[in-house]
Amino acid sequence: MSGNHFDEACTAVQAALDAGARYADARVMLRRSESMSARDGDIEEVSSVESAGIGVRALVGSSWGFYAVPDLSDGAARAAGRRAAQIAAASAMVPGPAIDLVPTGAGEAQWASPCEIDPLSVSLSTKGDLLVASTGAAKAAGADLAEGILQVWDTRKWFASSDGHRIDQHIRECGGGVWASAFGDGEIQRRSWPSHRGQYGTRGWELVDGLGLVEHAPRMAEEARQLLTAPQCPSGETTLVLGDEQLALQIHESVGHAIELDRILGWEAAFAGTSWLDLDQLGTLRYGSDLMNITIDPTIPGALGSFGYDDEGTPAVKRDAVRNGRWVGVLAGRDSAAVAGLDYAGSVRADGWARLPMVRMTNVGLEPGPHTLDEIIAATDDGVFMDVNRSWSIDDRRLNFQFGCEIGYEIKNGKLGRMLRNPTYTGIGPKFWRSMDMLSSEIVSWGTPNCGKGQPAQIGHTGHPAAPARFTGVRVGVRG
Amino acid sequence: MSELALAGRVVDLVRRAAGPDAQAEVLVSHAAEALTRFANSAIHQNVADATTTVRLRLHLDGRTASGSSTRTDADGLQTLVERTIAAARLSPPDASWPGLTAPTALHPYEELDEATARATPEERAARVRDFVAAAGGLETAGYCRTNYASAAFANTIGQAVEGRFAEAAMDGIGRSDGADGVARLASGRLSDIDGAVLGARAAAKARAGGQPIELPPARYEVVLEPDAVADILGNMAAFGFNGKAFAQRQSFAELGAQQFDSSVTLLDEPIGGPGAPAPGLPFDTEGTPRASLTLVAAGTTAGITHDRASAAEAGTVSTGHGSPSSRGWGPYATHVRLAPGPASGPRSAGGTASASGTASASGSAASTGGAAVAGGGAAVTAVGPMAESSRALVAAMERGLLITDFWYTRVLDQKSLVITGLTRNGVWLVEDGEVVAAVSNMRFTQSYPQALGPGAVRGIGGESIMLPDRWSGVRYNAPALHLTSWNLTGNASG
Repeated sequence: MSGNHFDEACTAVQAALDAGARYADARVMLRRSESMSARDGDIEEVSSVESAGIGVRALVGSSWGFYAVPDLSDGAARAAGRRAAQIAAASAMVPGPAIDLVPTGAGEAQWASPCEIDPLSVSLSTKGDLLVASTGAAKAAGADLAEGILQVWDTRKWFASSDGHRIDQHIRECGGGVWASAFGDGEIQRRSWPSHRGQYGTRGWELVDGLGLVEHAPRMAEEARQLLTAPQCPSGETTLVLGDEQLALQIHESVGHAIELDRILGWEAAFAGTSWLDLDQLGTLRYGSDLMNITIDPTIPGALGSFGYDDEGTPAVKRDAVRNGRWVGVLAGRDSAAVAGLDYAGSVRADGWARLPMVRMTNVGLEPGPHTLDEIIAATDDGVFMDVNRSWSIDDRRLNFQFGCEIGYEIKNGKLGRMLRNPTYTGIGPKFWRSMDMLSSEIVSWGTPNCGKGQPAQIGHTGHPAAPARFTGVRVGVRG
Repeated sequence: MSELALAGRVVDLVRRAAGPDAQAEVLVSHAAEALTRFANSAIHQNVADATTTVRLRLHLDGRTASGSSTRTDADGLQTLVERTIAAARLSPPDASWPGLTAPTALHPYEELDEATARATPEERAARVRDFVAAAGGLETAGYCRTNYASAAFANTIGQAVEGRFAEAAMDGIGRSDGADGVARLASGRLSDIDGAVLGARAAAKARAGGQPIELPPARYEVVLEPDAVADILGNMAAFGFNGKAFAQRQSFAELGAQQFDSSVTLLDEPIGGPGAPAPGLPFDTEGTPRASLTLVAAGTTAGITHDRASAAEAGTVSTGHGSPSSRGWGPYATHVRLAPGPASGPRSAGGTASASGTASASGSAASTGGAAVAGGGAAVTAVGPMAESSRALVAAMERGLLITDFWYTRVLDQKSLVITGLTRNGVWLVEDGEVVAAVSNMRFTQSYPQALGPGAVRGIGGESIMLPDRWSGVRYNAPALHLTSWNLTGNASG
């Protein structure tokens, strides 16, 4: 496949309009992806995927329909447009309130993510050598199991709508990581580099070159083995210092999902859940302490949740979600924003051409604070430091969370003390965020390549700028 | 061109391009998935797609690579073959290549229900309409979905098989004053799914969940409803009986050991049983025929799910659990059934209305009492807050919790399978065999195999429900389960 595919998208849009839609859009997508995994110094799997197709969304009256096919012929595009309108008409058997779409500034545009080294141009042998070396180094350093993965996604999209959009985007993403596990008597300890899923971004292979997988793998193995005999994280209420990697997932789960407007409106009530946030409190609700400034920013160069335009054609714009601790913004789409009486959208994306675009996180993260991690530790008389996620769970209103981390350390009299194993902490979102009393300036934009949402299930790629921070009165050491 | 012919064509292309010594396996699968989703009692998302995917796995000169494509024209197939050969040649040597599946006949299975395979958006929307109406004005949300899949497999040593299946599922909640109630059902026949019955059941549970009390974290005796039991089955399949986790010593499973209560028998039934359409394809992605597999027999761990790679590592044979993700995630069971306990006694006429919301619960019970929902051949009814499968178990519980559903369950320690998660869609306090109060949702942190260990199971419901998973093509057959202890580690206050 080469050239542009606006013709097929426009054909599908016109067919949907001809079949009764009052609005329609279509995305032609070509995605090539590559994955390589290794175990104990040997390559385990090498795979590549090429996926191409068209997804059409039609609005008939107040009802949506969506249909997708992998065939880009003129006839197939036309049929897909008609079918989307037909499905929308069936939706009208159980209709909802009237739907409007907030304007997006329709137009023609192109966008590409920054990329110095095309990840697909890097040979498989080079990638294999990196994984063999990094997992081999972890194994040699004492890991019972050493695993690694490298992943690449190269996506071209051509978006057209009955509002006049003609937008072409080329987004290249890649990343990877290495994991070392040590097996003890009835338990397994694991250490990951650079994070529990690896690090990912909308960048070229230069991102992977900078991860230091081989250099850090031996330390991961050594720490995993040390954890087997480290004391258990104590149980009780204490001062908690989180590293930036764990705080990224804390933001993802207890802020990012909570500010998704479709959840707030009840559109995800049966599955992903709702949100504890009430739109009547937008602009006034105290979400966290004054140090808490969270932005929705798909413009961050190289972050995993970055794009030029979302999958409704809305240009990427930075917005505040929480400013000085107050909740001031949401992740929205054109229809959900109209329902909520808001004038902005811009956070709608789909997991490929065969899935319906829906409200998704972009880059949702913290702005830097005034401290450093060293200063935070030095200012803490008694507490626990935890970092690198091991497990995560949160209720369907995004309030009650429990996280486990790979590694913890005592903090005594302003210094890190003994290593702690099986560190966990639990809490209620706003109470937790309101207790944040120190925040580092050392921001890292972590990529989350596995955000699940929607039915049929979709996997989203999101980014989360985060820095170490301190929280008071947190319950730690929850065990089964 | 049929899927089998397409698979054969790719095998020929590989032979021409890579020579007669290349080992190749090709899976051509067509999936038509349609899902009608509702929220705030209106259809808000309604989607369908029809996708054919060609997967090629190739072992060439001791090196292995795989590729897939949705492009099935001549150029697309040629490109797939060329890039997969190129990838194999650039890949490091693969010492663990398990070889190809020899020609093997499929096990007999029931053909699909054609009406389900051809289901229309209007048929799905009609079930949503009935669900919403039966909820009697409560806010509702959920989905009705139908899937049709057909596939063919061919490899270079002559295995050539094809098959197809269809499935339907509905999953919805009713919402009343902040309390949610759920009803789910999966079946090979869309005609088995009655939106009105499910809507009434979800509403009855929601109405019975009002004015919840908050209980302190502690270990509680519990009756888990089939929806919660399905979560246990899914996690045990994914992390416990998983052949890769087993081979890598990350699983609790020990073959031949009495690891569970003697009342526990678990099976994987990927092609179903007599009289019910097969719930999945009759072969896996490596062309191995699928068949029932006993995972636990009367409390003794008896089976591990394998693809060819994990089987070779464990020194056994594939059980037909190869999948696109099995090399990475490991092979796991997708159609797990917990064998039901002895049949329940006769149903009482009055139901077991909750102390809170008695009037509304009993009112709903009237609309659902005696209404049968076909699911995998079992008739299942719901009265007030609980499924029929739970009633005898609740009656035998002196003090404990009746829990409908689990949510966001995640592994804290894979070896012991300690999992944290939350309750959802209804929890009630039971005293002296009677539901006495609704309870707000709680967090738990619990080893799943320990909860089902020897002496830990007080009873298993006599009736099972076929329940859908979030992923199409995966489902569970679960009765209710009465356990001596469940570790609730948090409540709404933290």
